[in-house]
Amino acid sequence: MNPSEDETQQLIEAAIFSALEPVPSGQLMRLLSGADAETQLAHILNTLQQHYQGRGVELVQVASGWRFQVPASLAPALAPLYPEKPKRLSRVILETLAIIAYRQPITRAEIEALRGVAVSAEVIKNLLDRQWICSLGPKELPGRPMQYGTSDAFLNYFNLQTLADLPHWLQENENTEIPKLDH
Amino acid sequence: MTLLPSIKPLAIVNGQPWQKLPKDLYIPPEALAVCLEQFEGPLDLLLYLIRKHNLDILDIPVFSVTQQYLAYIHAMDTARVELAAEYLVMAAYLVEIKSRLLLPPSAEDPGSSGAEDDHNIDNDPRAELVARLLEYQQFQQAALHLDAQPHWQRDLLPVYVFLPPIPQQTQWLPVAAHELGSLWSALCERNRVNTQHIIQPERFSTQARMGQLLQRLRQQHNWLSFIQLLKACEGRAGVVVTFLALLELIKEGHVEAEHTTQTLAVRAHEPL
Repeated sequence: MNPSEDETQQLIEAAIFSALEPVPSGQLMRLLSGADAETQLAHILNTLQQHYQGRGVELVQVASGWRFQVPASLAPALAPLYPEKPKRLSRVILETLAIIAYRQPITRAEIEALRGVAVSAEVIKNLLDRQWICSLGPKELPGRPMQYGTSDAFLNYFNLQTLADLPHWLQENENTEIPKLDH
Repeated sequence: MTLLPSIKPLAIVNGQPWQKLPKDLYIPPEALAVCLEQFEGPLDLLLYLIRKHNLDILDIPVFSVTQQYLAYIHAMDTARVELAAEYLVMAAYLVEIKSRLLLPPSAEDPGSSGAEDDHNIDNDPRAELVARLLEYQQFQQAALHLDAQPHWQRDLLPVYVFLPPIPQQTQWLPVAAHELGSLWSALCERNRVNTQHIIQPERFSTQARMGQLLQRLRQQHNWLSFIQLLKACEGRAGVVVTFLALLELIKEGHVEAEHTTQTLAVRAHEPL
């Protein structure tokens, strides 16, 4: 006896709600039967997303899967309930992270060359501890310096699905701004 | 090349005379020393100076920027030598650029027009610095963009749902050969430790049989052959126990025994 479409939708909804981490599509597919599980799932997720539009929670897809979250637009108004403000990220963390995100794989020395200043071991350790970056193996250079790249946890944290969701203007600028020098 | 005259007007920036110092143009070095840690290195400080001057990053007046830059790092190097090192490298680089700008164009360079001209960018010693500044500026913007993205658990709140207990389904996992092996040795070990000692109650007690025999013999008042004392259902063990009991009774002097060639006869002693 196959479950009805409504029941399947309930099941998918419950699965995402009950998970502590974003649920990958592959996991959700295990709750479905039939050859067209993939299209079935896409349809259900689309329906759910529309269903939750304008509500207190929203269904989003981030790098490692699907999750329900309180929309960013509501967070400021909820502040009275959360008196403790999470700390802001420091500039050195943000800049280092941005450089790694756009230039990965990249070594610490290469980051330092771009920033014109030393990158302390604590900054790298902090990013590794947050699991926003990971080691991508050593670069084949003297001393075999470690190369770093960003992780899915980084994308999840910043509400991104892929690195392509970051603005592309860096590359455009490189091609448009600097040649201006030559005119 | 824009040269700042030491006479009035106060300054010429991009060819425009400046009569008044803009409010935010100049920070006293002492004040900067306090907020030095705000700067993310010499490129950041340079970009800050360029922005504060409202200068075109592609057309940096090296002289004036270098002057201010040096004033700042002068304030800084007494305070934090290790921090100042990277800034000093940049200062040396700025001075180098300035001195190369002052040199007459190289005669070997056919592309050079000979004029000291801001638009002669091909050989502009500032080009490398400009490229680095532009690149760094892009990453500063990228960092700002990242910061503007909603942050998980700060701007995006996780949704918690009460989950009723889920009945656990037994998961059948494939078993590897070595797992079977270790299971077997674990079983053997357990068996060794838990050796059972089964204590079975004696089916026949010699003591009890002695009592039964004595009672029977006393009721009999007569000789009874050994065979008459046995019960077929007790089998071999019964024979042994009865015989042992009889020996005990004889030893203790309760029973006397005689035998013919055929049979062994016993009777109870008359109570004295």
